[in-house]
Amino acid sequence: MTIAVVVFPGTNCEHDARYALALLGSHAELVWHRDDDLSGATGVVLPGGFAHGDYLRTGAIARFSPVMAEVERLARQGTPTLGICNGFQILCEAGLLPGALVANRDLRFICRTVTVRVESTDSILTSHTSVGDLLQIPLNSYEGNYVLPAAIDGAPSPNVVLRYCDSSGASGKQMNPNGSTDSIAAVADANGTIVGVMPHPERAVEDILGSTDGRVLLESFVSATASVVA
Amino acid sequence: MKHTFSVTIERRSGLSDPEGATASRALTDLGFAGVHSVSFGKVISIELEADTAQEAATQVEAMCRKLLANPVIENYTIENVS
Repeated sequence: MTIAVVVFPGTNCEHDARYALALLGSHAELVWHRDDDLSGATGVVLPGGFAHGDYLRTGAIARFSPVMAEVERLARQGTPTLGICNGFQILCEAGLLPGALVANRDLRFICRTVTVRVESTDSILTSHTSVGDLLQIPLNSYEGNYVLPAAIDGAPSPNVVLRYCDSSGASGKQMNPNGSTDSIAAVADANGTIVGVMPHPERAVEDILGSTDGRVLLESFVSATASVVA
Repeated sequence: MKHTFSVTIERRSGLSDPEGATASRALTDLGFAGVHSVSFGKVISIELEADTAQEAATQVEAMCRKLLANPVIENYTIENVS
């Protein structure tokens, strides 16, 4: 196996993710959520969609799918683990990333391309970028509003990877599409090997899609998986 | 023995609650001038079998911790309504 793209009932971005990874010269396999053996995987992608119908809370049921014990094992040992949109929500529910995702500030489903700014290159999603790079990536979510009670409780600040901004790179309430804490669009664990990203880099990999800015993000991820000895 | 519990789950105070904020504004617009805040939650009714009410309550508590509530953003209260 190479990169495992996990498919839950209700996941709907698995083919986009696999296609984009293949476009970048990598090989990914779809893995059903009932599989409980990911040995040999050099990376894990939890793609977007509505795993288990998003019932109860987004990601709440998915985190108990059989495959998640393996995802957690690999993630904790440093295997590059990327959650996109619904996958980000699942990683938070599983406790692999801090915080949680709730309904957008304006209670609208957001489906448009947004600009994000690279805040840190010390992650599997941004190692091939530079701090301050501005990227056009499609956002497609209702529960994309990242909340971080740790900020309230006085815990250390999170490892912010991407922030929403305007075309000049400025952040603030007006440029924040969904109300996320500190305009956070992507966050990583302390090691930078587990990343959750709300916009969809896999939907910005060819000119026909309107942006190719997702490529550098997925290239970073592919590059990180290439150095994993599975 | 069958027991019935009502679990109330609420957003932790101080966290973003877009639904509550929107409803609060709407109520104010409708003339309810005294509204300070509105917060949304959910009520989950659970019927379960257990030998004693205490044992049932312990199980429901575990259900809340494991699945029904996300302690990162939510608080919960449990009431035996049998």
